[in-house]
Amino acid sequence: MRDALATELGDALVDSVIRPGADIWVRVTTEAWADAGRAVRDVLGCTYFGFLSALDWMPSPWGRGEDDPTEPPPERSTEIVQGVAGGATRFQVLARVHSTTTHRGITLKADVPDDMRIASWVPTYPGADWHEREAWEMFGIDFVGHPHLHHIYLPGDFEGHPLRKDFPLVARMVKPWPGIVDVEPLPTGDDEETEGEAAAEAAEDAS
Amino acid sequence: MTAVTDRQQLSYVASQVADARVNVELETEGMTLNIGPQHPATHGTLRIIAKLDGEQVIEADPVMGYMHRGYEKLTEVRTFPQVTTLINRIDWLGSFANEVPFILAAEQLMEIEAPPRAQWIRTLLFELSRIANVTLFLGDMGVQLGALTPVFYAFRDREYVLNLIESVTGGRFHPNFDRIGGLKDDLPKGFNDECKTVMVKIRDFCDQMDDLLVGNQIFQTRTRGIGVIPKDVGLAYGLSGANIRASGVDWDLRRDSDVAMAWKQLDWKVWTHPDGDSFARYWVRLQEVREATYMVEQLLDGMPSGPIMAKVPRIIKVPAGEAWVSTENPLGEMGYYVVSKGDLGPFRVKIRSASFSNISITPWLLKGVYVPDVITILASLYFILGDIDR
Repeated sequence: MRDALATELGDALVDSVIRPGADIWVRVTTEAWADAGRAVRDVLGCTYFGFLSALDWMPSPWGRGEDDPTEPPPERSTEIVQGVAGGATRFQVLARVHSTTTHRGITLKADVPDDMRIASWVPTYPGADWHEREAWEMFGIDFVGHPHLHHIYLPGDFEGHPLRKDFPLVARMVKPWPGIVDVEPLPTGDDEETEGEAAAEAAEDAS
Repeated sequence: MTAVTDRQQLSYVASQVADARVNVELETEGMTLNIGPQHPATHGTLRIIAKLDGEQVIEADPVMGYMHRGYEKLTEVRTFPQVTTLINRIDWLGSFANEVPFILAAEQLMEIEAPPRAQWIRTLLFELSRIANVTLFLGDMGVQLGALTPVFYAFRDREYVLNLIESVTGGRFHPNFDRIGGLKDDLPKGFNDECKTVMVKIRDFCDQMDDLLVGNQIFQTRTRGIGVIPKDVGLAYGLSGANIRASGVDWDLRRDSDVAMAWKQLDWKVWTHPDGDSFARYWVRLQEVREATYMVEQLLDGMPSGPIMAKVPRIIKVPAGEAWVSTENPLGEMGYYVVSKGDLGPFRVKIRSASFSNISITPWLLKGVYVPDVITILASLYFILGDIDR
């Protein structure tokens, strides 16, 4: 499958990873994104459109939202590390298509440059319409050629792109996660009994 | 029948003529009809803005998001075992089936596999979820056409299945029972006999639906040839599950994918229908429930013994990587694209829910249909709002 795609796309195919028994990942250049969609449909016969979404590779500046609000926030890495099949930009789009006759699927990825513009898949797969609207709303990616990009889940006057990593999860900001208030020591070994006792004691205290 | 007097008949004819004249003289303007978000004929809060020309829909635009809960964002601040609590609530009628692909994806990244008994019990609960979920559809479809009886039968018989799920997991709707590496518990004592009795009841229910709806002439007139989805269009829109099998695509992930579940060791059949209309979608689902009852019986008879939990560390850290696992859920293909960075929780989870793609065909499909058929077509596509909005 990868070879067929490589001959079709030529240099546009940047990287590919095959993990036996799991999946095939192929990364194409931003310019070749629309062509890649047509190629997987027409050459590989992947007529079934699975999904289209995006990835934000920046580590969240808020961590997992478990900081103690009374303490200064810890130092966090801001290094952007892309996943399988590599990449060069913070945002990537990914899509998955499948063939219902050969029962094989492929995951495609492409970098999204800083101007956040990439070609739309709607002319190839009409089902990409809503998925691109979702990615546009959640990540702020502009799909060039999409007929009508407008909000799908969020209200029309919503500002920001919630699934970007720098968008704070407000629920965790206004009220500290209960897990950080009463931190239990992590279990070290087979001490299930003592844990049970501790829970019983806690229940007594609460009553 | 009472005889109509000449006078009544004349006045009727006169009014018809008047109407006809109005219609000829006036250019009919389009009308925008808002169906939902809270309307007795919609499931949950799906809203459809339909532009009508007379009784025909010329444009339909579904509006979602009234129940968007932001699960993809929330998973980023949860640990892996905590995520199952969230994803239980995506398709709330077949909750256990939601957990399975996520757990399988995590297991794939950790390179572990659940022991055979756990796989079989997973498959068993998966199929029970399917029965509980689709049973309700089989009755509910009748309600959309004005037949109230089937839905009462459906609720009655679904209750037996929910009781079974509750006896195993402790939760009727949100089992939260699947664990990375296996399951929380084993089956309770006496489950086999109880389960087999219920499966007979479910088959009786299917026969009743056959009699009440499938063979019913009104039902057939309202559904046959209505809302036809050609194979290619359905695939391009990402339709999956019974919706695409009703368009003649012989594709079922239970048979065609290599997930670590017990389906491949069972003897069963994938049902398809060539027509692609509302009737075909109903018919395929009816057969699937029947097939699932036989699968459950085979699972009970062939259940291997052994442990239900693989060796997993107490604190689950999933190695860095990306995995995509999807299974054939009651509503269609449901999958999770899990990105892990070797942390306690996932870095990103993309939830591919079946209903979202299944419903995305509606602007195409509802063009040109009549208003009453909008409701039947939507019902036959069978969506769960939580599965659209996530």
